[in-house]
Amino acid sequence: MNPLLFSNFTATSCIGLGLGQTLDALCHQRSGLRRCHFETVDLDTWIGEVQGIDDVRMPPGLREFDCRNNRLAQMGLAQDGFAAAVEEAAARFGRHRVGVFLGTSTAGILQTELAYRRRDIATGALPADFVYHGTHNQFSVADFTRRFFRLAGPAVAASSACSSSAKVFGSARRMIEAGLIDAAVVGGIDSLCLTTLYGFNSLELLSNQPCRPFDAERDGISIGEAAAFGLLTRPPENLDSDAILLLGIGESSDAYHMSSPHPEGLGALLAMQAALSIAGLASEDIDYINLHGTATPSNDAAEGMAVFALFGGDTPCNSTKGATGHTLGAAGGIEAVICALSLQQGLLPGSVNTRSLDPDLDINYLLDKRQRRISRVLSNSFGFGGSNCSLVFGRAN
Amino acid sequence: MPTRQLTVSLEGIGLLGPGFTNWLTGQAILAGQSGYVPQATVLPPSTALPPAERRRAGKAVKLALAIGQEAIVAAGLDPSTLPTVFSSSGGDGYNCHAICETLASVDRRISPTRFHNSVHNAPAGYWGIATGAMLPASVLCGFDASFGTGLLETVTSVVVDNTRSVLIAYDTDYPEPLRSPRPIFDAFGVALVLAPPGGKGSLVEITVSLVTEPPSRLNDENLESLRQSIPAARSLPLLQAIALGKSARVVLDYLDTLRLAVEIAPLLEKSFETVL
Repeated sequence: MNPLLFSNFTATSCIGLGLGQTLDALCHQRSGLRRCHFETVDLDTWIGEVQGIDDVRMPPGLREFDCRNNRLAQMGLAQDGFAAAVEEAAARFGRHRVGVFLGTSTAGILQTELAYRRRDIATGALPADFVYHGTHNQFSVADFTRRFFRLAGPAVAASSACSSSAKVFGSARRMIEAGLIDAAVVGGIDSLCLTTLYGFNSLELLSNQPCRPFDAERDGISIGEAAAFGLLTRPPENLDSDAILLLGIGESSDAYHMSSPHPEGLGALLAMQAALSIAGLASEDIDYINLHGTATPSNDAAEGMAVFALFGGDTPCNSTKGATGHTLGAAGGIEAVICALSLQQGLLPGSVNTRSLDPDLDINYLLDKRQRRISRVLSNSFGFGGSNCSLVFGRAN
Repeated sequence: MPTRQLTVSLEGIGLLGPGFTNWLTGQAILAGQSGYVPQATVLPPSTALPPAERRRAGKAVKLALAIGQEAIVAAGLDPSTLPTVFSSSGGDGYNCHAICETLASVDRRISPTRFHNSVHNAPAGYWGIATGAMLPASVLCGFDASFGTGLLETVTSVVVDNTRSVLIAYDTDYPEPLRSPRPIFDAFGVALVLAPPGGKGSLVEITVSLVTEPPSRLNDENLESLRQSIPAARSLPLLQAIALGKSARVVLDYLDTLRLAVEIAPLLEKSFETVL
């Protein structure tokens, strides 16, 4: 594929608002996970909650979008000069030539969960202040972002569970390559809600300790929330040496089970192979893999097998979910930004909370961070329904 | 507004909705050869699924599988060899209602099946299990723009990746109390097998571009009401133009001021007439 410039990226999660705090947490191997006191949730688990979301106010004219998910989106796009960069792209290319491609799994469904507690006793109706299209509907976050920036190009929400915000890079790339747009706002936003907390609990996939990816004693995920944004454009002729390029995207389906991965990680393997193939790279060209690494026994085992099958036991890899938690539909976006930071800073992040590695998984899993110049990285995102996506990023030089 | 035109071949169609039982009879209705009688959508059981998954499948899964399979059978293709694009304005409304009711009650324990059925990509997951397709599946939401969203994703996939791709666009109804704020009254779905132009199996070629003109409307009052009521039915002007089997240009609803112009160029007018 023709590489695309991934620029002006930013991340907001429980480890920090914006790149500065995020990088500081990664450098100091700090986890943002805390014991769950979210809303009225009575589960014994740990979560990655972003502080201050409740204080965010929607801009005038966009009040219909008021919900935790869009407040988090607004927090995210206010960091690192991202809003100014979108404005600049809109001015340069035209508002109808900038598209919006955002991943989310549950959007603002928390708003509906809360509204169901306030149903009319006589009629069962939801309260009059409930706005379905601006909150609950998956498209709401893409619609909000498009309106926030007064863009007039195509917009879409990708919602394939935990691969959502990796797959938006594919949709954006196809639309740029087809010539319909010149720039794409890409990213992922997912926020805490009762559906995912009680849902993962029902599957017995929530850990009651901070999650421990690839640990021999891993016992489930810690749910987090996050907003990640960036711009994809065709690269200019002259690039800064630390500019980040999207080099490859690989997508596949497990065709196996709704909530369990293919036991040998076959779908994951196909996605990684496809990403390398479209990038014209071999496995030895990859310097670091940011694993999906959710810390459930079956996910990490399947992914470990797939990584070993393709990369053998040498390529450094690990999961950053011990720091951020599993941010579900935002995971692909957050981890794309972490990969971009890794490339720019020469930082291979550590695996926070992982103590003793699973001896059955024969991969080069890094427990502690390393400082080393790297050129190309791969990021994995896999989701329910067997939806897999791998991204390859590289430094421009 | 300059925008590139993207041309693809259409090789198969699946259709299910109020008063529509499949593309063959739907084609006759849309071509004006038989009258349109609005009737509740009948969703067939998903026989391609293993028994356990079949029991767990909700309306959206049944609809997506039925229309996807109809389109692929019509095109004479093997579903395990085809990438897909699933586009819907919402998920399984009944499942969502049940989860929200439970979470608002004293006992918040929801069932694992309800939870995994709640993801927007549940139909894509069940599709993979039913067909064995390990190829990419995009799963999108565009609220009222969901059909145009899916069509753009599918067309750009075909053009950029030079591959066939199957658009499966579908919407199902919510029960109350969600139906009041989101009044989709019944299930409607359309599937299109799209391919790079010039292939042997092409029925028509369609050329898609972004425009800002108002969307085409349907003359039949009931069909126009259906078009406006269910996002996937925003496809009806395109389906009608295909059913009529003549060169045509329609404008499909998409985002607020952004629309999709589709030029339809029939290739096999003769075989079309025999089908009609």
